[in-house]
Amino acid sequence: MAKPKVATTSLAGCFGCHMSLLDIDDRILKLVELVDFDKSPVDDIKEFTGRCAVGLIEGGCCNEENVKVLRDFRAHCDILISVGDCAIMGGIPAMRNGIPLQECYAEAYLKGPTVHNPSGRIPNDPELPLLLNRVYPCHEVVKIDYHLPGCPPPADTLWEALVALLSDKPVQLPYELVKYD
Amino acid sequence: MSATIEFVIDGKEIQGQPGQTILEAAQQAGVYIPRLCYMKGLVPHGSCRVCTVLVNGRPQSACTQPVAPGMVVENNTEKVTALRRNIVEMLFVEGNHFCMFCEKSGNCELQALAYRLGIAAPKYPYLFPTRDIDMSHPDVFIDRNRCILCGRCVRASRDVDGKHVFDFVGRGPHKRVAVNAEVRLADTNLDVRDKAAEACPVGAIMKKRVGYAVPIGQRLYDHKPIGSEIENGKK
Ligand code: SF4
Ligand code: SF4
Ligand code: FES
Repeated sequence: MAKPKVATTSLAGCFGCHMSLLDIDDRILKLVELVDFDKSPVDDIKEFTGRCAVGLIEGGCCNEENVKVLRDFRAHCDILISVGDCAIMGGIPAMRNGIPLQECYAEAYLKGPTVHNPSGRIPNDPELPLLLNRVYPCHEVVKIDYHLPGCPPPADTLWEALVALLSDKPVQLPYELVKYD
Repeated sequence: MSATIEFVIDGKEIQGQPGQTILEAAQQAGVYIPRLCYMKGLVPHGSCRVCTVLVNGRPQSACTQPVAPGMVVENNTEKVTALRRNIVEMLFVEGNHFCMFCEKSGNCELQALAYRLGIAAPKYPYLFPTRDIDMSHPDVFIDRNRCILCGRCVRASRDVDGKHVFDFVGRGPHKRVAVNAEVRLADTNLDVRDKAAEACPVGAIMKKRVGYAVPIGQRLYDHKPIGSEIENGKK
């Protein structure tokens, strides 16, 4: 029987949640026995090759590209999980949510203390995804089935949740594994 | 002492004293009723509604409602818990709670309640309001992003410190904790040793130069849910 597939992505995140996934240490060997990885930075597969049992989303949506990828994940994954505080509530990138977009651009490209930009132009290449007016939690963009909070969620949290889901058991995490920091 | 008042919480017989609130009588009997704006030693405010219980089927705030003989109280039931969960979720989306870098994290009563109630993510949309921070005072700061308007600072300053450093201004979404000065906390007579400087259940009024004093794993609510100390009879 073919193994179930897992896909992962980092939207507006710092890759810390992916690091935490790698932090399951030698259980990663058990994980590759349990599942195949599809689209994911872990194996560098760029496009979905088929239907996936579980999709892990790190990071919220700060630009149109994030929204596109997130919708693609929703379309391909049976179960979609928001992993970490950025996916759940926007996290550090959402600190810009109270600041007008023009001011964010000015700080990043014109006025910031380390900026060197003699042309004084704000990059506007069609290749660059447009920023959204603010950073959105994933569940405000698509339906999310589970939330695993933490910054990042501990490796044990990710492991326990994944194993439960892949063996069709309810996800019941102990008190110590569900924290917001 | 005067006669005891007998009543029932979730099927358990409780004996309270006349004049006690439901919350106090329950606590004495080792039953934890979640609370946020209640603080021992302050006049109950009854504003956060997290302590809501059903008294003979009617919602009442346990921190203000006196015990009465024969009352039947629902506390730890699915219905009441769902109600409290909604309140706590609203408090999260109505402010800006970045727990990942908050100095109060691990010792925060709001966060601990969310843990206890099993909240992985609020179901309401985040509002991301614009709130300000007052760093003017040499020893204490206010971060209004985290304020839940519980009024503990207001009551502590007024009733314990005798100072009136804090009070509420505005209504609805504009309601905020203001200081008794033109603008800045520095221009009040708040002292870092005041009760008001340590009454905040969240990270909104904090002492400076404390930072992340307690390592992760040793903080108040890292291992045991808030209220466990009451349920284990240690308080
Ligand atoms: S005050 Fe509490 S809930 Fe708010 S950010 Fe700090 S730890 Fe989190
Ligand atoms: S500053 Fe703290 S104590 Fe004062 S009302 Fe806000 S949350 Fe309550
Ligand atoms: S603790 Fe009773 S209303 Fe807040």
